[in-house]
Amino acid sequence: MTSKKKETSPSICVKDLTRQYGALTAINKVNFSVKFGEVVGFLGPNGAGKSTTMRILSGIMSATSGSAWIGGICVAQNPHEVKRKVGYMPENNPLPVDMRVVEYLRFRARLKEVPRSKLNDCVQEAMETCDLARTARRKIIGTLSKGFRQRVGIADALLGDPEIIIMDEPTIGLDPHQIQGIRKLIDNLRGKHTVILSSHILPEIERSCDRVIIINRGRIVAAGSSHDLRKEFLPGNRFSLIIEGTESCVASCLSKCGFDAAILESTRLPNDKLELILRVEKIGDQDLRLIQVLSSHNTLTLHSLAPLEPTLEEIFLAATKRSWEETLENKPKIST
Amino acid sequence: MRHFFTLFKHELRMLLISPSTYIAAVLFLSLMGFIYWAILRGMVNTPSETLPTVQFFSVFWIPVLFVVPLLTMRSIAGERSSGTLDTLMTTPTSFVAVILSKFSGAYVFYMLLWVLTLGFPLLTQKLYPHAAESGALLEYAPLAGSFLFLATSGILFISIGIFSSSVTRSQVVAGMLSFTTLFVVIIGGQQISNIADTGSGLSSLMIATVNYLQIFEHLDDFSRGIIDTRPFFYYSSTGLLLLGLSSLINEAKA
Repeated sequence: MTSKKKETSPSICVKDLTRQYGALTAINKVNFSVKFGEVVGFLGPNGAGKSTTMRILSGIMSATSGSAWIGGICVAQNPHEVKRKVGYMPENNPLPVDMRVVEYLRFRARLKEVPRSKLNDCVQEAMETCDLARTARRKIIGTLSKGFRQRVGIADALLGDPEIIIMDEPTIGLDPHQIQGIRKLIDNLRGKHTVILSSHILPEIERSCDRVIIINRGRIVAAGSSHDLRKEFLPGNRFSLIIEGTESCVASCLSKCGFDAAILESTRLPNDKLELILRVEKIGDQDLRLIQVLSSHNTLTLHSLAPLEPTLEEIFLAATKRSWEETLENKPKIST
Repeated sequence: MRHFFTLFKHELRMLLISPSTYIAAVLFLSLMGFIYWAILRGMVNTPSETLPTVQFFSVFWIPVLFVVPLLTMRSIAGERSSGTLDTLMTTPTSFVAVILSKFSGAYVFYMLLWVLTLGFPLLTQKLYPHAAESGALLEYAPLAGSFLFLATSGILFISIGIFSSSVTRSQVVAGMLSFTTLFVVIIGGQQISNIADTGSGLSSLMIATVNYLQIFEHLDDFSRGIIDTRPFFYYSSTGLLLLGLSSLINEAKA
């Protein structure tokens, strides 16, 4: 595939992908596509179907129905060819504990059909990218810390310069320094490789990924950039304010002045202060007016007002909650 | 085949660094050394017409029952339980190459252990030259026949171990399954033959089938220099069938 064609056609295309384990449906008619060079985060609670989807995409598990295309190749029809295009780091990153890091990576590079003449350079490059070359090159994998093991797993996924890199929870068990290192690594991969990663550390996904796919109970419940998801799941502007006064005063004051506002949370602070989380619909550029209205009211003293940006955690909770409610609504009621 | 050789080299390396390999080797060589000593001691006390080599290889089943499970139990079951089988399958290799490499690694090591037992007659010859004067210690024909038998029967035994390791993720269960199956195949055949010999109404076809599966008969023939194609066919075809089934089981479990 030429580089221009590579950039225009989707790297990953999934249509109605379904996988069942007996009576249990792990993923149900999952659809999404990922463009070349994109970094996509896969989010979902435990047992949502993230790992199943990733395993199907990497060609090590077959789907019950539906199709997945990797770099224009159908995974079901040609899993071996797909494996040549994908670098996959499985969940929990299983590694042989008796081998040395460099020996293991050389073995993996041979299996990934890296030409003999490029083998040493390829392994060296992967180790340098993951900061293993100087510190852990000749160490036995079993003696490495969790962070170094994760790096070995990532180095393995990078071997052979695959078009697509899939990492199932690459930052699990890492300390903040190591997480920052992985973030830098993912930033370096952006544009050169298509990257899919799953993580439970939501701020990590938000910082590293161009797009987020939220999966719950085997279905995609949300997909898009963090900005798009904020608009969809947590519309309106949210503010955190500290006041002296009562909730009812704030509510009546805002409604009198024509604000479509709702108090989401209220916390009583020491010294008779009240911290409120406020949602105001379609405020536009009137946030200054909000300060004026609240500060000019006789029975209220405004101490602080700050806009609140919804975190991905809140979006995630809202998206998964909505899918739960939809599922419950669709569930047939059992007559007693 | 490219992946097979890479995996095969990896398998040999892993066998060399695995403690269970050395445990199996020490147990095997200690036991076989003791058996060889007991045979020589017995021949000193009561002279026998049977060569010590033939007597030595007639107890091949004793080490097979524990060495084969020890060598093969971790091959697939261990990799599956630790998750490294999944990692292996993320590369463009096939289950057939994985199974064949596991088999070949264990088979080469199994045969190496038997080759090491040649050290016993060589040591005896070195330490007691007068005992070797008759040439009975290193009679080439029975040695070659016995090794040919071990090489062909080893295909089936190791395949049984690999198959047992494929059906479970527990190494202990794989070891027990392998031991039981080997016991039934080696000793069970002899017991059925004993029943057939008592003439308890078995048809001639059944008797022929039982005789065909007689592993001790095969050893007897090989050590006397009778090379029949039927045992070759039996061991290799059953071994390949088990390896094929192992490959299919692993694909189904993926």
